[in-house]
Amino acid sequence: MIVEALAFYMFAAVAVASGVLVVSVRNPVHSVLFLILAFFNAAGLFVLLGAEFLAMILVVVYVGAVAVLFLFVVMMLDIDFAALRSGFIRYLPIGAMVGLVLLFELALIVGAWITAPDAASAFGAPSPDAAKIANTHALGLVLYTKYAYLFQAAGMILLVAMVGAIVLTLRDREGVRRQNIGEQVARGKRNSVEVRKVRAGSGI
Amino acid sequence: MNIAEIPSLTAVIPEIVLALGSMGLLMLGVFGGDRSTGTVSWLAVALLAVVSWLVSSVTPMERLDAFSGMFRIDGFAGFMKQLALLGSALAVIMSMSFNDREGIARFEYPVLFLFATLGMMMMVSANDLIALYVGLELQSLSLYVVAAFRRDSIKSTEAGLKYFVLGALSSGLLLYGASLIYGFSGSTGFDDLAGALGGDGKAPPIGVVVGMVFVMAALAFKVSAAPFHMWTPDVYEGAPTPVTAFFAVAPKIAAVALLVRVMTGPFGPLLGEWQQVVVVISIASMLIGAFAAIWQTNIKRLMAYSSIGHIGYALVGLAAGGEVGVRGVLVYMAIYLFMNVGTFAVILSMRRRGQMVEGISDLAGLGQTDPRLAAALAIFMFSMAGIPPLAGFFGKLYVFMAAIDAGLVALAVIGVLSSVVSAFYYIRIVKVMYFDDPGPVFDRPLDPATSIILIGTGLFVLLFFVVPAPLIAGADAAAKSLFGG
Repeated sequence: MIVEALAFYMFAAVAVASGVLVVSVRNPVHSVLFLILAFFNAAGLFVLLGAEFLAMILVVVYVGAVAVLFLFVVMMLDIDFAALRSGFIRYLPIGAMVGLVLLFELALIVGAWITAPDAASAFGAPSPDAAKIANTHALGLVLYTKYAYLFQAAGMILLVAMVGAIVLTLRDREGVRRQNIGEQVARGKRNSVEVRKVRAGSGI
Repeated sequence: MNIAEIPSLTAVIPEIVLALGSMGLLMLGVFGGDRSTGTVSWLAVALLAVVSWLVSSVTPMERLDAFSGMFRIDGFAGFMKQLALLGSALAVIMSMSFNDREGIARFEYPVLFLFATLGMMMMVSANDLIALYVGLELQSLSLYVVAAFRRDSIKSTEAGLKYFVLGALSSGLLLYGASLIYGFSGSTGFDDLAGALGGDGKAPPIGVVVGMVFVMAALAFKVSAAPFHMWTPDVYEGAPTPVTAFFAVAPKIAAVALLVRVMTGPFGPLLGEWQQVVVVISIASMLIGAFAAIWQTNIKRLMAYSSIGHIGYALVGLAAGGEVGVRGVLVYMAIYLFMNVGTFAVILSMRRRGQMVEGISDLAGLGQTDPRLAAALAIFMFSMAGIPPLAGFFGKLYVFMAAIDAGLVALAVIGVLSSVVSAFYYIRIVKVMYFDDPGPVFDRPLDPATSIILIGTGLFVLLFFVVPAPLIAGADAAAKSLFGG
């Protein structure tokens, strides 16, 4: 039990600390690296909760794809983050006020929160006992049966995203050398090797 | 897997055919290159026709659920799907010659229209908050791309980007609201929600009301109702004209259908909570549609404000609630489809020396230079203004009658007054066409397909009053099926 508590405090503290560092360090590359650290620690928290599928997804998708993409963007685009942050102090009072109003409103809602009396029995897919079945397995059981429709629809959305990215960005540029594998394979000795007599003492 | 667990696919056959067909056309385009654009476009229209036939043959008298209640077909879904399919097919047909002339003809264009239509059909049939969101995203993502389809034009790119950013914001609102609702009731299914919210007649908890308002705000954004309409004029102006024609009809119809289904289904028991919100949105849309359009000089921006106003009138029917109100919405959206498609067919013909012109002043003297086109546009403008006996009058008549039946007399009065104001700018176009000095002549002729659409929609709008029965009876049956059982 004590190990679990220690692990929780470690993951939580590191996650919060690296979250603060993401927005406070000067070098944007460092802040992306801290973001990755925050993701890893959040994944650790999910493992402690017994949600190992979510933890792995977090690592694979957020660290593996999103954060690395950020890193590429940060390194390739020359963005002056100091200039972006220059108005921070000036707008702080307004931002803080909006934040406080939102917090107040949320407190009002949560204060008056009532859950429907029969909500527990109405859960669409009650989560199975974690001791009997791993949650990756449990997700797999409903994902391709009960939620097959949504799964397929999500696939269509990804297809549209792919088509859209190609439509909007792919263009034929002049003067770009393209690899033509067919041409490469079809090359024979005749059109790529030339035999020349080289006289002794002089180059080609 | 137990055979009994295999979901019943009968209800989803039209969607499956559309999904597979559009992927097949995508393949055809990829292998055929941009030379196959014409073929892909016509095949897309044929596919939409086939799907329309399938929809009419699978739509049951009663309701039918699939995928453990996430997907529902009933008369209402069938009616709205037919309208959305018709709108998409007409938009694809009108796009072809435009895209050829503008040099943006690419095979992905009709395919993206098909994907958007698939999303609309999923929206119309959604019976679950997740299914709702997935359908909405599929439709919206395709629309973002087609809005920016003329990627070398700054305006079109701006339209796509603006639509994307604001659309993402509204999706965020929707998800936030949906999560609040799920947190309250423990279910995302519409039937379970209606059960959980309907029960005991007590005042609903505040969390649900907040969640519902978030969902309504997101859907109001999608139908471009005020005060969530800011994106509409810019996107309508920047997107290529046939895309604007598409935006003005099919996605609106699907989003209105979704709004009606969500409000009358899961939130039906909360009528007292949302009626006032819909009334406010409706009044704001009608007033903005009426007053902001007066100063427009670009006809596409004018149509954007006009569509905001029309959504306001359609929402009058929703605010009235009940079967009569929904019937009014259905009739209104059907007539709106024909008026808008016809008007955009005219706008597509506004072209001088190979360049599109979009100013209202460019229509000056059209009555002398091209009397037939001018007559067509005059019919559509009078119809939009709601002058009897044209079709637009009947659309307004049914929603206002429903509002008065429901005791919302003030709403109906404001509707009639703003309709009078909006008549000013519709009829100003007629004045510009017939009484101003003619400018240079438009290029001719319209391509045959668009002329046929123009004649067809014009005749529908002109002669609707002779045989209104089929449409009214269809809308009546559709509205009944939404409330029956």
